[in-house]
Amino acid sequence: MATATPNPKVNHIGLPILDYRGGKTTLCAGCGHNAISERIIDAMFEMGVEPERVVKMSGIGCSSKSPAYFMSRSHSFNSVHGRMPSVTTGALLANQDLTALGVSGDGDTASIGVGQFVHMMRRNLPMIYIIEDNGVYGLTKGQFSATADIGSKLKTGVINDLPPIDTCALAIQLGATFVGRSFSGDKKQLLSMLKAAIAHKGTVMLDVISPCVTFNDHEGSTKSYKFLQENEEPINEIGFIPSFSDIEIDYDSGQVYDVEMHDGSSLRLRKLLEDYDPTDKASAVRTLMEAHERNEVLTGIFYIDTQKPTFIDQLNMVDGPLATLPESLTRPTKAALDTLMANLQ
Amino acid sequence: MATGDLALGQEQSALNARQRVVNDFSINVATVNGSGSQSANSVLLKSIFGMGVPVSGKNLFPSNIAGLPTWYTIRASKDGYIARKRTSEVLVALNPETAREDILALPTGGVAIYEENLNLKQYREDVVCYPVPFDKLTAAVCPEAKLRKLVKNMVYVGVVAQLLLLDLTVVEQSVKKQFSKKQKVFDLNFGAVKAGYDYAQANFTKQDPYVVEPMNETAGKIIIDGNAACGMGAVFAGVTVVAWYPITPSTSLVEAATDLLKKFRVTPEGKATFAVVQAEDELAAIGMVLGAGWAGARSMTATSGPGVSLMAEFAGLGYFAEIPGVIFDVQRSGPSTGMPTRTSQADLLSTAFLSHGDTKHVVLLPGNVGECFQFGHDAFDLSERLQTPVFVLTDLDLGMNNWMSEQFQYPETPLDRGKVLTAEDLERLGGFARYKDVDGDSIGWRTLPGTKHPKAAYFTRGSGHNASAGYTEKPEEYLYIMDRLAKKFESARKLVPAPVAVKNGTSKIGFLAYGTTDFALVESMDQIKKEYGQDVDYMRIRAYPFAQEIHDFVASHERVYVVEQDRDAQLASLLKLDLPAEQTTKLRSILHYNGLPIDARTITEEFATKEGF
Repeated sequence: MATATPNPKVNHIGLPILDYRGGKTTLCAGCGHNAISERIIDAMFEMGVEPERVVKMSGIGCSSKSPAYFMSRSHSFNSVHGRMPSVTTGALLANQDLTALGVSGDGDTASIGVGQFVHMMRRNLPMIYIIEDNGVYGLTKGQFSATADIGSKLKTGVINDLPPIDTCALAIQLGATFVGRSFSGDKKQLLSMLKAAIAHKGTVMLDVISPCVTFNDHEGSTKSYKFLQENEEPINEIGFIPSFSDIEIDYDSGQVYDVEMHDGSSLRLRKLLEDYDPTDKASAVRTLMEAHERNEVLTGIFYIDTQKPTFIDQLNMVDGPLATLPESLTRPTKAALDTLMANLQ
Repeated sequence: MATGDLALGQEQSALNARQRVVNDFSINVATVNGSGSQSANSVLLKSIFGMGVPVSGKNLFPSNIAGLPTWYTIRASKDGYIARKRTSEVLVALNPETAREDILALPTGGVAIYEENLNLKQYREDVVCYPVPFDKLTAAVCPEAKLRKLVKNMVYVGVVAQLLLLDLTVVEQSVKKQFSKKQKVFDLNFGAVKAGYDYAQANFTKQDPYVVEPMNETAGKIIIDGNAACGMGAVFAGVTVVAWYPITPSTSLVEAATDLLKKFRVTPEGKATFAVVQAEDELAAIGMVLGAGWAGARSMTATSGPGVSLMAEFAGLGYFAEIPGVIFDVQRSGPSTGMPTRTSQADLLSTAFLSHGDTKHVVLLPGNVGECFQFGHDAFDLSERLQTPVFVLTDLDLGMNNWMSEQFQYPETPLDRGKVLTAEDLERLGGFARYKDVDGDSIGWRTLPGTKHPKAAYFTRGSGHNASAGYTEKPEEYLYIMDRLAKKFESARKLVPAPVAVKNGTSKIGFLAYGTTDFALVESMDQIKKEYGQDVDYMRIRAYPFAQEIHDFVASHERVYVVEQDRDAQLASLLKLDLPAEQTTKLRSILHYNGLPIDARTITEEFATKEGF
């Protein structure tokens, strides 16, 4: 492989970006999901994450197919519709050393999967959960999902008259500890956000608006490229400085907010809105609600809590995977059984 | 004294001896749910057990927290019969609501012990009555008013112990065991037992024939319920991930497992070698089990019928994506909510074929608490060996009731973790194809996530995949996987627990049954022999897919009665799918499905009718 790409640029664990690539996408050309896959590849490469440590998890839908299109050196589990959180929970219980990255869609998350989504957030399961959000069911040819905005219109002329679920507001309220929204086409913001997500310990919930080029990218859709380009308003600009890098990014010190991440790296948020505090749950939710009223799509990181213990922390398990503990640690002794038997006589 | 008097006295005692019914009767304790009679019933059961007499207990309780009628039956049987009996001879009536119907259910010559102001004597002239001032006796030994409801139960233990001639020191031992570490609690409870015992001794002359006499049939044996036994089996199988959602009657299985995990599976540093998660529902529970199984953990859940229904989609994924995981189903009466505190065997078909598409599962069918332990353990080996979900089907009767058993044997073989490739294996092999049959047993090799080798990863999916785990819609690639899965099921047929030929003589008539039906069937076979002079053979099925021995058993008999506790003859139906067409006409069904555990008399009567006796 190395001969095919002479002098490839390698990351700090010595891998070229090629080792983070996946199979050829079978999604529509121009689909926002492909751009997100590209950013995942970039972020994992730049952060020097060992591909073998990563598990790519997904439910069902266009979005959930995408783990096949990045990081072929990572195990992947394309599970059942709306149930990826439970499968990921089980995998992390078996092996807490894994880095779990889940890809879901708006249907997979906000409709069929809302129950498991809610409880994963509540547990602060340490994983990155990405919603590739296009407000529409692509694989079944374009029905509304529960994140479609009121008034948005299908190609068939059907108008959505139910309010959308704001997955970010929901995640903040339920206990996710890193909540943000981006746009599949915003390379810089999405990449920074993903890199910070990799450094975070706890549930990362990223709602990435990803317009559907086939069923939901037309006038009347509130998740079209045109609508978003006109209405997207970043609340903060993100610079992310990994702990192993000595690159300093030049920021105006009067306008930055540094958050120290678990691995010692720091996330630098540039405040574009006055007094925005990403550690304040109440104001985060209020900011989102106010944006809805103004018909704006806010992007950025709305909420971060680096202190809350994760679900894995709370279980107080031995270090390393439970899956491969030796029999001497998992099967009680004969003396133990003898004691039990004596007590039952 | 005249010699005639002596002779008369001897005759009288000889008559008493003839009339005495020794170690062969049932006690029915009628109480109100939530009155805390469980400890008292357990003490009574264990006291009879302590006398060396074979005994079994059944709790017939309502789906209710407090206030509705509950019955606990204890059967002492010198012959070792432990199935439910239709009638109990001895009644302890503590529930005014049901007292009348309870005493009416006694056979002639039965015994009624009751709170004296219930005045039950008026309903039955032909029953021996022992009215007891329970409240007065309780108040005397228990100054604290709020504890009296509980302590009153121990008073009836004392009364029953005296009337049945139980050894008071054995009862004392049972009370001690029940309240093991708390001297004050023991004093209070045994004080109440003593009060009941003394009252009966001072006030009653025994007029009934029922007595317990010491035997030597329980030495070295244990008493345990099936749920605790299953949980114990799982812990000795080294289970590491437990995900569950509470549901009657399986809840105590996970609770028992959790207690043992906390006891035996915490390191000196206080770290757990396990994770127990109460999930948000059964969908999540099975999702966690499969996620953990995929990542290499020994994982399990326990549920009942409604939970099994919710797990259906995931069960199909587990089968098709070939992921281990153990699912205990403690069956209860359905459909829907049904009768959650009543027993049933009606989940057999739904678990055997759980999910959509061409799916079938390995199902283990323990028939006693010893097998609950053994299969609760073996299920994990089988599941990892076969890389598929394995179901363990018990029922409320087995799971929630106390059963006598030989002591459980420590597993003889090391854990079988199945076919897993390590990074070193991959280095040597240069790669692998996840779903390819390379050994001829139709079981592929898998890698665990986190394996540090560039060739370790594969893509797990419920969609069509080829031998290399790649996405496919190609007919021949799909067929390869589906046919290999079918062949793997044939491999399972040889690995699952073999049936037990309880009796395989020369009779033309055979019986097939599984699980708790066994208790009634062995008793019924004796009745059939005694009452009709008919010998019958019996094979107890212990797993699906059915072993060859079951085919052979059917082939070697003219008529085969399939006895089961469900309405639609699910076991017979499953057998018909498996047996050669010409054999299926031999099968006849004896069915029992009223929510109560099947009893021997039901089988005997139905058999006699069908045979035209």
